[in-house]
Amino acid sequence: MEEYVYKKVSSIVFGLLSPKVVKKMSAVKVVTPELYDKEGYPVDGGLMDTRMGVIDPGLRCKTCGSKIKECVGHFGYIELARPVININLVSLISTLLKFTCRECGKILIPKVKADKIIESLAAADKEVGLEKRRKIVKHVITSLKTTNKCPHCKARQLKITIEKPTTFLENEKRITPIEIRARLEKISDEDCELFGLNPKYARPEWAVQTILPIPPVTIRPSITLESGERSEDDLTHKLGDIVRINQRLFENINAGAPEIIIEDLWDLLQYHVTTFYNNEVAQLPPARHRSGQPLKTLAERIKSKEGRIRYNLAGKRTNFSARTVISPDPMIGLNEVGIPLIMAMKLTVPERVTAWNINYLKAFVQKGSDKYPGANYVIRPDGKKKKITEEMKEQILEEIQPGYIIERHLMDGDISVFNRQPSLHRMSMMCHKIKVLPGRTLRLNPSVCHPYNADFDGDEMNLHIPQTEEARAEAEILMEVPTQLISPAFGLSIMGCIQDSISGNFLLARDPEIKKEIAVKLLVDSGITDFSRLPSKKTISGRDVFSMLLPDDFNFSAHSKLCKKGPEAECKDANHIVIKDGKLLQGTLDSANLGKGAGLLLRNLHQKYGQEFAVDFLAKVAKLGVNYLFHKGFTVGISDMDLPDDANQKIENALEESTITIRELISACADRTLEAFPGKTIEETLELKIIETLNNVRNKTGNIVAEYSTKLTPTVIMARSGARGSVLTLGQMTACIGQQVLRGKRIDKGYKGRTLSAFRAGDLTESARGFVKYGYKRGTTPAEYFFAAMTGRDSLMDTALRTPKSGYLYRRLSNAMQDIKVDYDGTVRDASNKIIQFSYGEDGVDVSRSVGGKIDVKRIIQNLK
Amino acid sequence: MAEKEQKHTIIPKHTKLSEKEKQELFKKYDLTIKELPKILDIDPAIAHLDAKEGDVVKIARKSLTAGESMYYRSVTHG
Repeated sequence: MEEYVYKKVSSIVFGLLSPKVVKKMSAVKVVTPELYDKEGYPVDGGLMDTRMGVIDPGLRCKTCGSKIKECVGHFGYIELARPVININLVSLISTLLKFTCRECGKILIPKVKADKIIESLAAADKEVGLEKRRKIVKHVITSLKTTNKCPHCKARQLKITIEKPTTFLENEKRITPIEIRARLEKISDEDCELFGLNPKYARPEWAVQTILPIPPVTIRPSITLESGERSEDDLTHKLGDIVRINQRLFENINAGAPEIIIEDLWDLLQYHVTTFYNNEVAQLPPARHRSGQPLKTLAERIKSKEGRIRYNLAGKRTNFSARTVISPDPMIGLNEVGIPLIMAMKLTVPERVTAWNINYLKAFVQKGSDKYPGANYVIRPDGKKKKITEEMKEQILEEIQPGYIIERHLMDGDISVFNRQPSLHRMSMMCHKIKVLPGRTLRLNPSVCHPYNADFDGDEMNLHIPQTEEARAEAEILMEVPTQLISPAFGLSIMGCIQDSISGNFLLARDPEIKKEIAVKLLVDSGITDFSRLPSKKTISGRDVFSMLLPDDFNFSAHSKLCKKGPEAECKDANHIVIKDGKLLQGTLDSANLGKGAGLLLRNLHQKYGQEFAVDFLAKVAKLGVNYLFHKGFTVGISDMDLPDDANQKIENALEESTITIRELISACADRTLEAFPGKTIEETLELKIIETLNNVRNKTGNIVAEYSTKLTPTVIMARSGARGSVLTLGQMTACIGQQVLRGKRIDKGYKGRTLSAFRAGDLTESARGFVKYGYKRGTTPAEYFFAAMTGRDSLMDTALRTPKSGYLYRRLSNAMQDIKVDYDGTVRDASNKIIQFSYGEDGVDVSRSVGGKIDVKRIIQNLK
Repeated sequence: MAEKEQKHTIIPKHTKLSEKEKQELFKKYDLTIKELPKILDIDPAIAHLDAKEGDVVKIARKSLTAGESMYYRSVTHG
């Protein structure tokens, strides 16, 4: 068995590796760039030395004696022929060189001042902690100024500059890393503290490396290609370069080669070590493979979206998950998800064999993996996983006994977690019960579309199957659909009826008589089985049918969409909803009460009868609406957009009138008789007046349409009930689309002085500047069509460009706030227990337990009576 | 050299807590002064209070959700 050591981390220290430490932690001194000998075994002292760990099965690590996967790997080191600068520490070296004396190595501030800072540092440690210390150090470093004379030894100081990336100059003359290291060595331990270094863990001279640690082979494994060839990791390639150049440098120095050659090799060594750390240094050409693609070295492994942190740690891939296109199924429950049979046979649930369920589980194994419901794998108590195949089946069946685990196919009622990206709030991931269905898409009830922000124009969603009892229990208790009904953002139901369910219930509530047989059929289809409350009459009103869904002690009253707003109790409007003892007495059912994210009906049912009931009610209401439409029939047609002749005449007159007004305005502008608005030129005034006229005419035509659309055509029903569309869109279809606006102005782009070559230059009339005169039914002229396309494209571009921008904005916001929580005492605090708010939201109300963000004390008292 | 208090509807009222009130506050929320939000001692809103580092300022804000809410900040220097 593996052994784990459990220890609590009390503190972490970041520092530099000293040459001593590197040697101490290393298992090998690497001396040769060769990797393998003729037989293919790793060379001793090479970069793949087995003392640094093993990556081949069968070999044993020479340091710890363990096999592949057991041995975590061990560091090695190379002795560098000449020291090189660590690219990550260039800025540190630069400040150290600039602000210490080149002769005596002391910091370039007078002793008195330095002592004072040291004192304040000690005080900061004692009182506040590291944070304050860092602040002081930062302040000290930024306030340092270059001085010409050392205040200690009076030596003259020269100007130090960096030539990026790693060359330091003193008065335009290069200082070698050897010299730099010598200078850094002179800095005293006390002065180190002033630069924010703890000399115990980070002596300045360690920033210039004389020795390079070699990472274990386990972090740079080679892969064997199909052809049997070995392909080495990028890091190994880079290290090979370093060792090779290092060797050549050694040889040249020992042979007493000219200074120029040595310096060239030294620079090359510096380049290789730099790119080993980071291959994206701005001023250096990146080291490349023979194929030309840049090597991925240490920094690139960690950095950015594809790096270790965001790709592998924050973004782990998962098994037992599925993804496809979604489609609607209003007949499955809100907390169900329909999955295709093929998926159900791939995704599995592990079930442990006990004395009580052994026969039940054996039946799955008997069926095998090709027949549903079967099983795919058997896990023996020793952890060995076995695939169930036709040949192995009999043997496995005999072998099975309590303690075995069987991975059986998914079945109806299993727990799953369903998710749609972007997962912006907690309702983006909810727990659904599996329902295996024919077909190839994931199915969900259209009423849960809103929390996921899903539609069916090609959206895909993900499904996860929890694999342990704990995970299943957690998913069920914390994230099942009923638990997510009330939005934590506004304290009302986030789910509701949509589209047909709203139109259906709207019509149902105004249907005065439905034959009893039909009423019963509607109710049965919607999942109602208890008919004891159904009036025993031949015909039943639509309201009574709806009332069958309500509990018989439920009282409620609320405004509907059409009510004039005002005190709720005094509303006399016939559309006002009144429910007494579970009977819908009057009112219009529309999106204000049934719709998503609105209305108190669902909220009150939730409060009184619980989340399960509320969700069940919603599902039944939605089904009832859809079923009623099935019964009635509901189709939108061109004739919905028909208007009586006198209405058309009125619209024509209104349009005509505006044309005349605009013509008059234009001519008034031309003779300069138009009175300008204060602060505006006559031309600007004209433009404003034209826009005003055109807005007026659009509204006027809209009003005419609203006035004449008294007949309840399907289109009007949808607009009235709030299922889809509005009076405005109705007007656009029947009467007038109106002015197209581009960048807050009428369309004026295109040619010089005109929008299209069909118009004269300087034409300011409505038709030449993007006013679409008639509705969609009557159609548009080519010019109008073009104007509409212009604004259409503009808004398309706008959404396409805005989505990623706002997505990134939200990512930053949520990352910045991820550790903030409400504490047990009601305060809002961050991870270090600092207070953000003294009471959550200043009133301490948990919105998801409130009604629309408020707590209605009157209602609570009323319910207590 | 207490300056004159700024009076404007959108500047919430700032008052300095006495030592006793301070201790009560710390006890109520189980706080140390480090865990309080901060306010700069040269902040114009508390210029009239003559507050020094270590003092606690009470701010009575108008709130859309709660009518009036109390907020506390510790005075810091730079």
